[in-house]
Amino acid sequence: MRGAPQISLNFLTQSTSGGGIGPAIQGTLILIGLTSLIGIPLGILSGVYLAEFGNNKYAATMRTVNDILTEFPSIVVGITVYGVIVIALIGEYSAIAGAIALSFILIPIVARTTEESLKLVPNNVREASLALGVHKWRTTLSVVLPAAKSGLVTGTLLAVARIAGETAPLIMTILGNRYFFQGLTQPMAALPLEIWRDSLQPQVSLQAQGWGAALILILIVLSLNIAVRIASIGRLKK
Amino acid sequence: MIILLITGYTLTTGSVPVLQRFGSNFFFGTAWNPVEGRELFGALPYVMGTLVTSGIALLIGVPLSLGIAIFLVEMAPRALRVPVGYLVELLAAVPSVIYGLWGLFIFRYWMLHYIETPISTYLGWIPIFSGTPFGLDIFTAGTILAIMIIPTVASISKEVISAVPNSIREGAYSIGATKWEVIRYWILSYGRSGIFGAVILGLGRAVGETMAVSMLIGNATGPAAIPTSLFKPSQTMASLIANGFLEATGSLEVAAYIGVGLILLLLSLLINVVAHVMVSRLLKVKGGAIE
Repeated sequence: MRGAPQISLNFLTQSTSGGGIGPAIQGTLILIGLTSLIGIPLGILSGVYLAEFGNNKYAATMRTVNDILTEFPSIVVGITVYGVIVIALIGEYSAIAGAIALSFILIPIVARTTEESLKLVPNNVREASLALGVHKWRTTLSVVLPAAKSGLVTGTLLAVARIAGETAPLIMTILGNRYFFQGLTQPMAALPLEIWRDSLQPQVSLQAQGWGAALILILIVLSLNIAVRIASIGRLKK
Repeated sequence: MIILLITGYTLTTGSVPVLQRFGSNFFFGTAWNPVEGRELFGALPYVMGTLVTSGIALLIGVPLSLGIAIFLVEMAPRALRVPVGYLVELLAAVPSVIYGLWGLFIFRYWMLHYIETPISTYLGWIPIFSGTPFGLDIFTAGTILAIMIIPTVASISKEVISAVPNSIREGAYSIGATKWEVIRYWILSYGRSGIFGAVILGLGRAVGETMAVSMLIGNATGPAAIPTSLFKPSQTMASLIANGFLEATGSLEVAAYIGVGLILLLLSLLINVVAHVMVSRLLKVKGGAIE
């Protein structure tokens, strides 16, 4: 599997400049940034709620819904965002719609991992802080969250790696084009879309470009995964 | 979270009335004709396509992933356990477009030359193997799906199998069972509902998978997409939406795609709810944690 893209390493280095996949790389980076901006705070907030304040019926339902959302078909997310954002709110295919679609996928994953890693924080830590007369939210904010920091980082990175390669919801949100970033309400290019488009073209040169884009995308995703691996090894050693 | 689900749900349903007004047999029709004035939309072939490809994926993927899980937990030496487990997790991290790309240019020809052509030469008289193998068909798409669900199914069943208490194993060995018998009769039956849940989650992933399938399934539409042979181009619900949505003209066609999305949503909701009930029932017994 991994041997295949490597063959095309040469194609890649040639095609990145002018008329290459520059816009797509830029688009993917912008998407990752925007999505993280929207999704990570919301995801962590819901995770914190579920873990620290989630001892009631409402939270139990929320947890189930969250679990189901994690396994949602991504193309359905795409259609939903197309209906809400692209048609109703902005009226155009746009970068921001893509980011919103991706954060729909990101939030449940981040919430889940946040909850898991907060649960790992031993209860005596919380009790010690509460015994000192610190408020519950203050305890959560400055005692529990820092204690679970490495778990949070790991989970978030994994989630970002997952959305970086997501294609289906992008088809009907950012549309994809051949230009560099033109504004949040304009269509934008992205690596997965580029790969998809290129691979369906008859021209060999475009197909090669698709392979190059695939290699870059795999490198982004793999390096995120390896970063996670290193982070968690460091945690175990402690 | 709940807001998220509700928006998703109401919006998809909200888009459906447009479609329901025109095609009452949308669910069971087989035609797909977007020509203005003569529109006819039926989702049945794509529902069938989805079910058939996912079925193939389960047939191929589940035994393999169970094998991996059992091997990792029960047999593998410690030195092998970590790298193999890591490799399986990496398989899950590869984006699905990349599976599609690889499938389209490389895997497809392997399937065509080494598997499909021999089968169709020698077993072509069996109806499900009829037709000329082309490489872009139901069988290839199902096989790619199998590869894609292996990480999901394998990692959950690994958790389930390692949650089987050691006393069960020891008890079985003490009455003289062989290793194989222990795995077959004790461990698999003890973890049955958890493994079933893992399989269903894998099915959920296969049903919703879009990109790789849309690149490999050959994209037939209308009655031609009814999966009568394994070596025939077809279409799944997800791939239909991915391929056609942007070219859709007229609100009716868009509504039809959204309607297909709704069917897909309902199907995957059903699958996920079943899976969660199964897995959580198991967890209540064990009190362990599954990621």
